[in-house]
Amino acid sequence: MRSSRVAPFRANITQVMLVLFTLLLILSTLFYGKNIANNLHEVWSLVSNQADQYRSIVVWQWRASRLFSAFIIGAALGVSGAVFQSLVRNPLGSPDITGFNVGAFTGVLITIALLGNLYWFTVIGALLGGLFSALLVYLFAYRDGHSGFRLIIVGIAISATLSAFNQWLSLTVSLETALTAALWNAGSLNGMTWSRIMPISLLIILLLISAGFVNSRMKLLEMGDDSAASLGVSVNKTRLLIMLIGVSLTAVTTAITGPISFISLAAPQIARQFSESKQTSLFTSACAGALLLVSADFIAQHGWENSTLPVGLVTISLGGIYLIYLIIREGKK
Amino acid sequence: MMAALSAQSVSLSYDQYNVAKDLSIDIPHGKFSVIIGPNGCGKSTLLRSLSRLLPPKSGTVLLNGEDIHQQAPRDVAKKLGLLPQTAIAPNGIKVLDLISRGRFPHQKWFQPWSIEDQKAVDQAMEATGIIELSQHYVDQLSGGQRQRVWVAMALAQQTPLLLLDEPTTYLDIAHQIELMDLFQDLNRQQGYTLVAVLHDLNHACRYADNLIVMKKGKIIATGNPKEIITEQLVEAVFGLPCLIMQDPISNTPLIIPRGRK
Repeated sequence: MRSSRVAPFRANITQVMLVLFTLLLILSTLFYGKNIANNLHEVWSLVSNQADQYRSIVVWQWRASRLFSAFIIGAALGVSGAVFQSLVRNPLGSPDITGFNVGAFTGVLITIALLGNLYWFTVIGALLGGLFSALLVYLFAYRDGHSGFRLIIVGIAISATLSAFNQWLSLTVSLETALTAALWNAGSLNGMTWSRIMPISLLIILLLISAGFVNSRMKLLEMGDDSAASLGVSVNKTRLLIMLIGVSLTAVTTAITGPISFISLAAPQIARQFSESKQTSLFTSACAGALLLVSADFIAQHGWENSTLPVGLVTISLGGIYLIYLIIREGKK
Repeated sequence: MMAALSAQSVSLSYDQYNVAKDLSIDIPHGKFSVIIGPNGCGKSTLLRSLSRLLPPKSGTVLLNGEDIHQQAPRDVAKKLGLLPQTAIAPNGIKVLDLISRGRFPHQKWFQPWSIEDQKAVDQAMEATGIIELSQHYVDQLSGGQRQRVWVAMALAQQTPLLLLDEPTTYLDIAHQIELMDLFQDLNRQQGYTLVAVLHDLNHACRYADNLIVMKKGKIIATGNPKEIITEQLVEAVFGLPCLIMQDPISNTPLIIPRGRK
């Protein structure tokens, strides 16, 4: 960022290990499994496109698109977490405070009940439901601008109300509809084909770039509204823009996969642990989010014999463990 | 000479609560102005309004003769800096990085860090005497050091005009004097126009060229402390019976509260 003060690039052991881990993760996500590749020779035949059609399709059509989805969605979740934690000046901030996930579920329930289970319909239903709840939170939390604390409290209230509504809906609609919607609500990367992820990933990349553009103003807002304003930042306009970017990132990812919790909460924290400056950056949060989701999806696919779990279940379990660890560590201080 | 900053019959309010009505004040160029008054008299509100943070309900605030709200925020930020009471140091930030943020209004999109930026930051650290702290974490500094860092950030902004909202609150007496001396140097040697809200009347009398005395949203008196501070004024504004002597060091008024005995 600052040419005069950038330290010369120096790879330390942690960075080397991380790169190796990433490579290993990519290779195993693509090629792991009895029927795919048993040795390096078979891996090479797949890479050089000499394998039979069945394996090629599994690896390059199904697994590769799923791996790519995990990377880009994980990055989006990591950045949206970093954005919200900066916005509410609280390391436990996450896009969930906007009530987005709960509202998206409402949208999906209604869509499936009225229009049936069609993929792009649920995507749009989730988007509308989620944005509606985020808008509710935004309006209710407004009083001469937004304070981070009020956003959190109003978010919790709206989420609670909407989940009660969701339960009532689930009990009212047909069993089949309720089950289909519940499956969506578990959050999964199943069926992330190239044709589904490609248009969405373009949108995500655009959003990530705009997050990069507001980054410096976002950092100034962390110093308090008055400090930021005295440095020439239009506080309310900037905060709205940041919220829009954060909500959109969550919106787009949740709409296509269902809610995948914990990544946006933990990625910025983990990124901070690994970075030398002990500060959160959007880039490291994106990397941490991507790695987390790819790992979680690998566990979801291969952790249990003969069955794959929705990745949302894996991340929520990991998230629970991580939160308990955080509470114990803070308790010891 | 035109005032550096002025409020022209402004009415100020938070939500429904009216703080000041039809208030006018000129901040003279190149002077150290200090605003005093009892708690809740509207002095911080006036400062917020002068710094563009609080738009007046009516009336205008003029910066160099132009309406401050008609100017782009970044342009104002090149002319006017503020040291707010509410500044928050982000977690795990280093002194140098925090001060560098003061350069934001001068930076352009694709050419972020220039030699001028570096110079401004170095000068700000030198003026505040914190060069050796540059690689320290802000949250590990003492209160006095931290306040110097915030001053340095405001100085790095390189604005001819600097507003200070209770800059010495929470500091011990030695650090208060140190900081007030620093402000005096900035004013006298580097030509800064300063406006500070202060609680300590004796500091105000000692350091101010121009004292602005407020009560209940109104300006009661303005002028050089030697000319305007009297026992009657202090009692009328603060409700404090007192004795006024001459400060033997600075020859400015020294206010001694009578208390109950």
